[in-house]
Amino acid sequence: MAGVAVSTTINGDHVEYLCQPDETLLDVLRDRLGLTGAKEGCGTGDCGACSIILDDRLVCSCLVLGAEAEGRQVETVEGMAHGEKLHTLQQKFLEHAALQCGICTPGFLIAAKDLLAKNPDPSEEEIRFGLAGNLCRCTGYDKIVRAVQDAANVMKGA
Amino acid sequence: MNFDPRFSGRKFASVGTRPIRPDGVDKVTGRARYGADFNMAGQLVGRVLRSPHAHAKILKIDTSKAEKLAGVKAVITAADLPDLTDGDAAMYDVLDNCMARSKALYDGHAVAAVAAVDARTARQALKLIEVDYELLPHVTDVDEAMKHTAPLINDTIFTEGLEEKPVKPSNVTKRSQFGHGDVHQGFGHADFIVERSFKTEQTHQGYIEPHACVANVSSDGTADLWVCTQGHFVYRQHCAQLLGLEASKLRVTSSEIGGGFGGKTHVWAEPVALALSRKAGRPVKLVMTRDEVFRASGPTSATSIDVKIGARKDGTITAAEATLRYSSGPYAGTWAEIGAMTAFACYKLDNVKTVGYEVLVNRPKTAAYRAPSAPMAAFAVESAVDELAKELGMDPVEFRIKNAAQEGTRSSYGPVYGPIGIGPTLEAAKTHPHMKAPLGKNQGRGMACGFWFNFGGQTCVDLNIGMDGSVSLAVGTVDVGGSRASLSLVAAEELGIDYAQLKAVVADTSSLGYNDMTDGSRGTFSSSMATISAARNAIKILRDRAAQMWDIPVDDVIWENGHAIAKGEKYGNLAALSLKEIAAASGKTGGPIAGHSELVADGAGVSFATHICDIEVDPETGAARVIRYTVIQDAGKAVHPTYVEGQYQGGAAQGIGWALNEEYIYGKDGRLQNAGFLDYRIPVCSDLPMIDTQILEIPNPNHPYGVRGVGETSIVPPLAAIANAMSNAAGVRMTHIPMSPPRVLAAIEAEREGRA
Amino acid sequence: MRYIRPLSIEDAVGLLAGSSGTSAILAGGSDLLVRMKGGFVEPDLIVDIKAIEGLGEIRQTADGFSIGAAVACAVLGENSALKTAWPGVVEAAKLIGSKQVQGRCTITGNLCNASPAADSVPALVAAGAKAVIAGPSGKRTIAVEAVPIGPGKTSLAKGEIIEAILLDKRAPRSGDAYLRFIPRTEMDIAVVSAGVNLTLDEHGVVTAARVALGAAAPTVLLVEEAAEALIGRKLDEAALERLAKVCAGACRPIDDKRGTIEFRRKVAGVLARRAATTAYARAGGK
Repeated sequence: MAGVAVSTTINGDHVEYLCQPDETLLDVLRDRLGLTGAKEGCGTGDCGACSIILDDRLVCSCLVLGAEAEGRQVETVEGMAHGEKLHTLQQKFLEHAALQCGICTPGFLIAAKDLLAKNPDPSEEEIRFGLAGNLCRCTGYDKIVRAVQDAANVMKGA
Repeated sequence: MNFDPRFSGRKFASVGTRPIRPDGVDKVTGRARYGADFNMAGQLVGRVLRSPHAHAKILKIDTSKAEKLAGVKAVITAADLPDLTDGDAAMYDVLDNCMARSKALYDGHAVAAVAAVDARTARQALKLIEVDYELLPHVTDVDEAMKHTAPLINDTIFTEGLEEKPVKPSNVTKRSQFGHGDVHQGFGHADFIVERSFKTEQTHQGYIEPHACVANVSSDGTADLWVCTQGHFVYRQHCAQLLGLEASKLRVTSSEIGGGFGGKTHVWAEPVALALSRKAGRPVKLVMTRDEVFRASGPTSATSIDVKIGARKDGTITAAEATLRYSSGPYAGTWAEIGAMTAFACYKLDNVKTVGYEVLVNRPKTAAYRAPSAPMAAFAVESAVDELAKELGMDPVEFRIKNAAQEGTRSSYGPVYGPIGIGPTLEAAKTHPHMKAPLGKNQGRGMACGFWFNFGGQTCVDLNIGMDGSVSLAVGTVDVGGSRASLSLVAAEELGIDYAQLKAVVADTSSLGYNDMTDGSRGTFSSSMATISAARNAIKILRDRAAQMWDIPVDDVIWENGHAIAKGEKYGNLAALSLKEIAAASGKTGGPIAGHSELVADGAGVSFATHICDIEVDPETGAARVIRYTVIQDAGKAVHPTYVEGQYQGGAAQGIGWALNEEYIYGKDGRLQNAGFLDYRIPVCSDLPMIDTQILEIPNPNHPYGVRGVGETSIVPPLAAIANAMSNAAGVRMTHIPMSPPRVLAAIEAEREGRA
Repeated sequence: MRYIRPLSIEDAVGLLAGSSGTSAILAGGSDLLVRMKGGFVEPDLIVDIKAIEGLGEIRQTADGFSIGAAVACAVLGENSALKTAWPGVVEAAKLIGSKQVQGRCTITGNLCNASPAADSVPALVAAGAKAVIAGPSGKRTIAVEAVPIGPGKTSLAKGEIIEAILLDKRAPRSGDAYLRFIPRTEMDIAVVSAGVNLTLDEHGVVTAARVALGAAAPTVLLVEEAAEALIGRKLDEAALERLAKVCAGACRPIDDKRGTIEFRRKVAGVLARRAATTAYARAGGK
């Protein structure tokens, strides 16, 4: 099987890779590029742990082929902080203990970032439905919702 | 070692505060490494071939075609994992579960495995393995499996615990019994009796991280294993025994763990990965797919439970009895026994009897799931208690308070209780604003209580003080939800230093003595005890070094607020020495300063909770939504209250999922039909309300800070709390969990027809 | 296996028509990649249609709307004209999977996956939507309900691609709605569902109606008798009762892991009734 040559942008950096035609973008990120922040919880788009932003659209990277990233903008959890400075959402997740095991956290952070970009002042219900594509089994979601509410308040003021 | 574990009632400076966890930044930036995030140079991809049949004899496995495929480096079957268990029946079951030997016992049972250069090749190789099966009749339902006509899963099993040794083999591996008094007589004194049968379906822990490991076996008899586990020392023992390795030559490193809840306490894929690596002579990475996790890891028991409770008009329970049947998968377990122990643990009973039956079925081997076995028993008992309160015309909280166990009560499973929290959680529920909040149309409120044991166990901690005065804490209990933060707080408390001066890590099996795994709500309980002990040992050395620096007797040196202080007026001129100053001088005063502790953490308390829940039911579809939820639980002492709340909320959410939607669904063919997160429906964010918590602190007298385990009890009450709320919201008493919309709608329709 | 991203519909048709092995069209991939992951399909050729000009666009024409085959469902919700004209279709599209899935999945893919439980299909059938099909022998336009012919099967011939879905321009006083039943609040496949599309006269009397049920039969059901129960009357209690009864009766559901026959029948009626009430209100009926 011939590999597909892909030229893309990941977290602002130009990246080139060869991948198999049936290889998912999640596998490319994790296994070829060493970006293991996105996790595979199911591989079928049901848990959201592999969430990334692809050209301003929130997607599951397990449901995107690596070949499809050609010429596009990919954003992963690794691109959220600027140097030592955490993104407000990252800081609020820490302050509110919005993670226990932390495996779902990268996906939640990316989904919450997308949510707040499109709706900077969401209600609790909008947050809950906006994050319904991300499964968390540890927290019961309470502290995640509170962290996102707090982050939204801080980001509005910024 | 003369460590005094008794509760001392001290005032706290660090314990009870809410700092950011030490592993937090790595987890929000994607840098934390979980099971599947680790790679070794030259590693192969391992994959497992699984039986599609619920029950089948394995006549022949032909791996020759797979072996010839380019890129395949090893193919193994049970023949590559010879039986080294030496008569240890439980370990033999573990071995057989890792790789079927003569029979496939459930849909998903491993029968062969390959290691290849990439995932595609490994997948192709699996297709080339030919397995000849002879299909056998199967049974997946717990009640069906108990019938005399049921297909036998293991014909060498004769029920244990019967008065007479049975002559015929059975799917019932064991009968157990608990209780005291005379229930027959007790029921004779009852004015009201409720008798009901209940069923609960099998559920899965549903951790988001699938099982994953990287194994590297060297030809010199040493090996490394990187794995997501709740107990790397236990995994080392088990893997070493199954592979014939010496335990100390197998180094197991626990990765960050993406959820476990009891499901990462057993080895499944790890011995297979090690065997593949041994055969291939290269590292092997083995990651389960989600489908494999559901089909072939360790879900909880399905159950069938009969309960009978009698009470006098004044609300005193006169007798309580339960028969509990728990499925254990195709191997013997003790799940019904645990259910039988916990069933009536909340109550003060003169006459109580519980009987448990362990039942084999053609489903995956049952594993622990957060307070294993207790939620189902509590569902049955707390539903019946609720119904009995209604019949008596008593408030359900008052009825429970009247019968609640207290200090000095002989528990239904034997021991006499010390100070316990069931009464206080009920009193707190009684006065909680939630109880008085108004309810709307189609809404109802329910409450229920729950009990769970705590475990102590073997524990080991190293506390090393660096020359700059920073402190590293190496613990051996895997951190499943913030214990590095809580243990750092404990060390900071004991040493009298700032939390930020510490860094806690989970040490690998070659760097620390043996630790039992993180189960039984023991992580913070046992490791905090060892941390306190290690810190006190370090303080002894710190005092000694200060005495040297001052050239005074060590008995004149005390430790206070992170400083050595020379005690007595004659030392009035000596300025206190900080930990930092003593550490800086350590090279000249006797070398590195450290405190160690190896202990068995005895004296674990028991834990109680009361939950209150409001639900709204759509009477036309049977759909139920939880609209308000309150957890009240005794923590003994909440070391890091935010993470204690997190445990309360997480357990409640899992219980809500179990109550309403989660279940294993098997087809007539014995195959699992919903092996994925789409149709195995764990709650999503929009399904739940905020989950309010109230932490009570009734100190455990056997821990220096009064700590009790907090991790598990919160999953015990929700099933019953929601069923009780359902009876008030929709007028139907649901006896089958989950209360999925089709079941609820059918019950509502039956009730309507019954009334009409 | 080959992955090709053609730039024209002709090239795409040519690739599919000329392929000797199994081939698959990739738009959102939310069904295809799941099937590939599970090992249920292993296509020799994947034709990614997202680079084809026009397929990623929603066009408003004199006749209504043309929704390109590669338009992600999330985009439908961001088109205010479409949302105003066909709120039921848009809400159905926005129920598929999660936000993440909606960022990828398409209504054309949802239709071609040919699941009886597909969320957007009952809404499209109720809306009277049409599919524009490009193929080796030219273009044709058919009603969307003629596309799926059984679970996982479509009427498309080898080499054929649905290029766009057409929705009519709205008549005055029209409204549509879609409702599904799922056990959770999100992330589930419909256990049963109903799409209703109504047009009223000045007095609130229903002049045209289409009612479709999902997960109630091997393909999405267009229930003509249900429409008849509404046409010529206001949406009063009697009409709604009749609608629910007809819908429950029209179902030919199965017992499966997601629900029982009995449950699906009852809830089909309940949902049809509720969707009709919403559609009626959207059409301005009181």
